[in-house]
Amino acid sequence: MSSEYKIEIRNLQVGFGKLMVIKNLNINIMSNCVTAVMGPSGCGKSTLIRTINRLNDLVPECHVKGQVLLDGRDIYDPSMDVVELRRRVGMVFQKPNPFPKSIYENIAFGPRIHGIAGGNSLDEIVERSLRAAALWDEVKDRLDAPALSLSGGQQQRLCIARALAVQPEVILLDEPCSALDPAATAKIESLMVSLKKDYTVIVVTHNMQQAARVSDFTAFLYLGELVEYGETRRVFENPSSKLTEDFITGRFG
Amino acid sequence: MRFRRVKSSIALVVIRLSALIMVGAGVLIFIYLTVKGSGVISWPFLTEPPRQGMTSGGIFPAIFGTLCLMLLTLTFALPVGVASAIYFAEYTGRGRSHLNILMRYATSILAGVPSIVYGLLGLSLFVLYMRFGFSLLSASLTLSILSLPVIIAASEEALRSVPDSYREAAVALGATKWQMVRYAVLPYAVPGIITSCILALSRAAGETAPILLTGAAYYHPRLPTSIFDQFMALPFHIFALATQSVDPVKTRPIQFGAVLTLIMLVLGMNMVAILIRIRQRRMAQG
Amino acid sequence: MRAIRRRPTRTVESMIEYLILGCACISIMILLLIIIFLFKEGLPAFAHIPLSEFIFGTVWQVQAVEPRYGILPLLCGSILVTGGAITVSVPLSIMCALYISEVAHPLAREVIKPLIELLAGIPSVVYGFLALTALADLTQRFTGSIHRLNALNGALILAVMIAPTVISISEDAIKSVPKEYREAAYAIGADKWETMSRVVFPAAFPGVMVAVMLGISRAIGETMAVLMATGNAPLLTFDILSSVQTMTAVIAIEMGEVTFGSVHYHALFAIGLILLGITFIINFLAEALLRRFRGVSP
Repeated sequence: MSSEYKIEIRNLQVGFGKLMVIKNLNINIMSNCVTAVMGPSGCGKSTLIRTINRLNDLVPECHVKGQVLLDGRDIYDPSMDVVELRRRVGMVFQKPNPFPKSIYENIAFGPRIHGIAGGNSLDEIVERSLRAAALWDEVKDRLDAPALSLSGGQQQRLCIARALAVQPEVILLDEPCSALDPAATAKIESLMVSLKKDYTVIVVTHNMQQAARVSDFTAFLYLGELVEYGETRRVFENPSSKLTEDFITGRFG
Repeated sequence: MRFRRVKSSIALVVIRLSALIMVGAGVLIFIYLTVKGSGVISWPFLTEPPRQGMTSGGIFPAIFGTLCLMLLTLTFALPVGVASAIYFAEYTGRGRSHLNILMRYATSILAGVPSIVYGLLGLSLFVLYMRFGFSLLSASLTLSILSLPVIIAASEEALRSVPDSYREAAVALGATKWQMVRYAVLPYAVPGIITSCILALSRAAGETAPILLTGAAYYHPRLPTSIFDQFMALPFHIFALATQSVDPVKTRPIQFGAVLTLIMLVLGMNMVAILIRIRQRRMAQG
Repeated sequence: MRAIRRRPTRTVESMIEYLILGCACISIMILLLIIIFLFKEGLPAFAHIPLSEFIFGTVWQVQAVEPRYGILPLLCGSILVTGGAITVSVPLSIMCALYISEVAHPLAREVIKPLIELLAGIPSVVYGFLALTALADLTQRFTGSIHRLNALNGALILAVMIAPTVISISEDAIKSVPKEYREAAYAIGADKWETMSRVVFPAAFPGVMVAVMLGISRAIGETMAVLMATGNAPLLTFDILSSVQTMTAVIAIEMGEVTFGSVHYHALFAIGLILLGITFIINFLAEALLRRFRGVSP
């Protein structure tokens, strides 16, 4: 693959009914990096990442224009296998949403529906995913316990493990810490940093410190447009746009 | 000012009084039927066939017939009803809107069609046109058609009450539409679906008019051995004994016993449904 | 348990979708079947009975040498019994709904609501049996009527039967009136009854009307209870103390005695057609009401 970009988004427009949420957005996401998407509420952050795994398809009145290239292939091309796309692009939601099943069954859900065996037994997949999500040590003795008995932070890491179990290439995190306490947040943040070794990570956040701590690149969205995008340190220390500066210094948002 | 106060308190008294009348009537009905019927119900009454031209003996064949009827009705109505509900809850809203409106309209009409009209359909379609004759099969098909609107509406509600986050989680993991429904939605709607089916079945169990036209027998000496047999059924047994037997007054005790049995069967099913609902609600709360 | 499942192919996936769609179409199919078969079996009646005689004929007498198929007495019976039931049941039920949602102590509510649900679950044959054995004596004693089984008896038992429907749907409508309306009324010094009668009830009125419609629909369609309660004499009368026969009852009773394919058989299906027509009309009215309701409220 010639391009070092994992995802290239070109002239993206997304709307719900008559409301345009993303207006002509261009952005390239680097492979094996953590990219943070920031901006005030309602700026289109969530819509943007839900475009990358086509989860917006679930919303009937949603329409998408432009191109989203994953490894150079347009995911909105009619020949694209959406199911396969969503396997390659995993997602973790704002609120932890484990299924009301056992811990084991939650992780096994993905591999089962995809029929992934690949020489690995399901038990191995479960263990590997839980280890990668830094949850293995806490739950290895009670894999059959209900997932809902875990704490909020553990549930969120379980959701990350569940996403990892289908061996994705990209992981989207939609404000993964907004429902968690500071201690749990710290764990998820360090997890995000360790994940970039094997995955391309995109995290939506409205928390600037979080973006500064975990990300290599930061994109700043405002009213559906990309206002600023670059290396995180550069964006924070020397923002090129007045809007970004206002946001970082806490003058709105 | 004074008049206003008096008027309001009179109105409140009237409201309380009407509620009391309603509740009183309900309680009275249950007490009356329990008192009159409980002396009759005994193990032999429930397990023995009628004797001496139905003037003595038990009501076992009628109970058995009603149970068979319910089992068959469930077999026919459950898969179709749940599949319909899945369509309404999970697959609508993608362009087929005219069809959807038509379907909803049909379902709401069907819910209001009198049961005797279902009986007419059963008679003309199953008994005569399809030549199933007066049989368990015709009657249970008729009852399943009658139960479908109830099952569909309640199952759809059960499916819709499954949180969207399960759907999103499954889809984000790459589940296909059907996999999402099958593994991330349906399992969590099962208690609600069971409740709806029990309620629909309890309604079907008490129906008399449809089976009157499609195969219930006044007196059938042996238990049905195939789905093409005629059968006795509890509600029809009550009706027949009370209005068409040789001596309705002499068999009154049997009638009261049969009524109480039917009520216990139907309300017992209702209770089970309510219990499942309560348990489900508790589990959902954590 | 811990086996790997196969992923369904696209073909399987779309097959499942069509299967489900097919099942969902079943309600349309059933409705069509009802219409088709009622017309198929009902229309031949008019080859022998002039339509005008069927609709305006004042005598229903099928056993006579020259049988008469006039449904006016039956229609009259249905209207008398339904009308009576509505008159008794609707005011009581609406008051009861107001009580449950506005007046009752939460504990009382917890007792009454399940009781009403249980009443709704009692089969109609049981209500019929009650009317035949117990209620008939009571009505006769109080009114001194000649006929032990009469329209009033049927109306009263129907009133009890439709009450749970009317109560629970009205209660839903009353409950869904926004709390702010009540608060606004209390804030300008209205008392409980004034708030209920001037603010809550008018706001809930369309929903309550729908409840009444459904009650009417249930009353007209009810078969077994009226059959056992009203004495089954097809008399053209508006005397509520007279025996009557309803359209539903005549089908249930006489279908057992007819020769299939006879004029009588077809005439009974023609009555079924009329019942179906009434169902459509009531459903249409209820939908129209609901639509107006939604159109008015924000």
